[in-house]
Amino acid sequence: MRNSKVVTLEEAIKRSGLRDGQTISFHHHFRGGDKVVNMVVDKLAQMGFKNLKLAASSLSDVHAPLIDHIKNGVITGISTSGLRGALADAISHGLLKEPVVFRSHGGRGSAIAKGQQRIDVAFLGACSADELGNATGHGSKSICGSLGYALPDARYASHVVVITDDLVAYPNMPQSISAADVESVVVVDSVGDSSKIAAGAIRDSKNPRDILLAKQAAKVIINSGYFQDGFSIQTGTGGASLAAVKYIREEMISRGIKASFALGGITAHMVKLHEEGLIGKLIDVQSFDKVAAESIAADPLHQEVSAVEYASGEHLGSATHALDIVILSALEVDTSFNVNVLVGSDGIIRGAIGGHQDTAADSALSIIVCPLLRGRIPCVVPKVTTLITPGKSVDVVVTEYGIAVNPLRPEIAEKLKAAGLKVVDIKELAAKATSIIGTPDALPFGDQVVGIVMNRDGSVLDKIYNIK
Amino acid sequence: MMFVPGNNPGMMADAHIYGPDSIMLDLEDSVTMAEKDAARLLVYNALKSIDYGSTEMVVRINPLNTPYGKKDVEAVVKAGVDVIRMPKTETADEVRELEAEILKVETEIGRVGETRIMAAIESALGIVNAYAIATASPRMMGIALGAEDYSANLKTNRTPGGAELLLAREQIVVAARAAGICCFDTVYSNLDDMVTFRKEVELIKTLGFDGKSIINPRQIEVVNSVFTPTEKEITKARAVVAAIREAQAKGSGVIAVNGKMVDRPVVLRAERTIALAIAAGVIDKEEAI
Repeated sequence: MRNSKVVTLEEAIKRSGLRDGQTISFHHHFRGGDKVVNMVVDKLAQMGFKNLKLAASSLSDVHAPLIDHIKNGVITGISTSGLRGALADAISHGLLKEPVVFRSHGGRGSAIAKGQQRIDVAFLGACSADELGNATGHGSKSICGSLGYALPDARYASHVVVITDDLVAYPNMPQSISAADVESVVVVDSVGDSSKIAAGAIRDSKNPRDILLAKQAAKVIINSGYFQDGFSIQTGTGGASLAAVKYIREEMISRGIKASFALGGITAHMVKLHEEGLIGKLIDVQSFDKVAAESIAADPLHQEVSAVEYASGEHLGSATHALDIVILSALEVDTSFNVNVLVGSDGIIRGAIGGHQDTAADSALSIIVCPLLRGRIPCVVPKVTTLITPGKSVDVVVTEYGIAVNPLRPEIAEKLKAAGLKVVDIKELAAKATSIIGTPDALPFGDQVVGIVMNRDGSVLDKIYNIK
Repeated sequence: MMFVPGNNPGMMADAHIYGPDSIMLDLEDSVTMAEKDAARLLVYNALKSIDYGSTEMVVRINPLNTPYGKKDVEAVVKAGVDVIRMPKTETADEVRELEAEILKVETEIGRVGETRIMAAIESALGIVNAYAIATASPRMMGIALGAEDYSANLKTNRTPGGAELLLAREQIVVAARAAGICCFDTVYSNLDDMVTFRKEVELIKTLGFDGKSIINPRQIEVVNSVFTPTEKEITKARAVVAAIREAQAKGSGVIAVNGKMVDRPVVLRAERTIALAIAAGVIDKEEAI
């Protein structure tokens, strides 16, 4: 067609004017199936680029090949929401000289919008695109649904390259990424492994501990005072979070209560409640499974939002500001209610901030669901290994040994006690963990800073040191 | 009563958080020969160091005629177990033999008479001797059915309806009631079929059992929901108990509730309903009546 933007990857890179030392960006909507990051960085290495900064919305196990590109000097800086697998392990051991900058999803959105996180060239994978660059998370080879985390990149990057394996006829509308923001379109054989991009619905957990935690979390919600007609909710994808939705659903039906919206990563569970008429609208920054990805394309009440619209702390129109209740998980919670979701008890990075900081800070009621012990690892501790979400934004911690309420929220503690729930001091929980498994040895951290944890407002919250 | 393998520290550490009435740490069938000693040590330390709160702690030991049985008794009595469950009990003499072993250890540690006995009946001979077993010792707190071995011994198979267990179940309830002790039904091992499990729990409740053995925390809710009296039952029971108190206060032997005469069995049932409601946490002890 006239004005087609379709070129090869190499041509798109040349056209972008990318230079050594500049910043490239990616999204993580293809999850563990992603091929785009590795493909593009391989090409950049082949073309002789050096000293590039990689700004991803998140990175996972599948991005282990970046280790070689860090070693050969192609990538010298990373910012991301999370890191997992071999790459995270290598970085925790000091592979990258420059510390990785960790931001929440809302924090990344704001940083991009404000220019604190500059993006020179965004390489944005899409499940389908037309020749002008209208791109979506729905294609014939794969579907990922919402492209919410890619939208700030599309809007604010100096140059945008859309990469797809399903070139469709113009107009590819309704679109997630608008052709108006796109400079080039690259067609490749595959943007990712479709089975890993959108898995089937996550099955209900049969783990009795998850079920116990879920029931307790549901009871906290139901008795918190926020469980009223028109409430709004966000949950994660952990077994306990999803199971909690099941119990909340039963209570919604029996009391005739309906939610106005569900937010965040949307799962098949939320889609089901929406289709049953129990949730008015779904606000979707990331579709977690195939059911959610299909729903967002078909249902006008299931709406895509960008990371900025989802969770920016500084854009008052962002959805988290209207959120009543959020259920979150944690690797560790400490006796000041601070939460760590990023660094494992072995000192190795193994997680992602995600929307944790954002939703905890903005919601009316934030509930952390986490077991007191994971095997021999205590999860309620005197002090978190790494500070990700400050305790002042955490209201309730649910464990299998009792529920702790932040002293800043005495009215919630009163309501839960009145409902007969076992409310305990968080220090008692930490002491209980210690009494069962003892005090773990201190971690052998070195003195190289390998990660910087940003708060969502752009301030520094904590530093992560290398592990020996 | 929730069964927990005695060789699984993770399960032993937190079995009580799910709220079973009692926990049975198993040294017998779920532990292989090679692990018997290690499991005994684990169970000993679990009983000594884990705070199980008010949960009743039971240990299923190996039969006394194996090389492990007496060592099991010594370890768990020293650890302060509430109840020893004796497997494959067939005669009253076996109970008395266990009683003697327990007494020996209790005397040694100066804690005489604290350890109670539950006998699992798992054979035709055991069923025939059920009453003798139930009355063999003042330490006897209950008898329980072990259905797998029992149905093998009968030369039949387990069926979903449990027709093969009917006589054994009734015999155990009758023997327990005659002896004035508790009775517990066997486990149901298909965790994915909660519908049949619920039917089985309803059946054994009707037969008169005090409780059900379970193998997974997911089964607790079903058992509790079947055994917990309904609001209607509690209200009725409260009315009966209140009426009898009033009658006793007046010195009257005959009572009536809602115009109907109430006799002694009705009163006993009402008292049991209230006891169950208190046990299930549906009503407080103070506000029971």
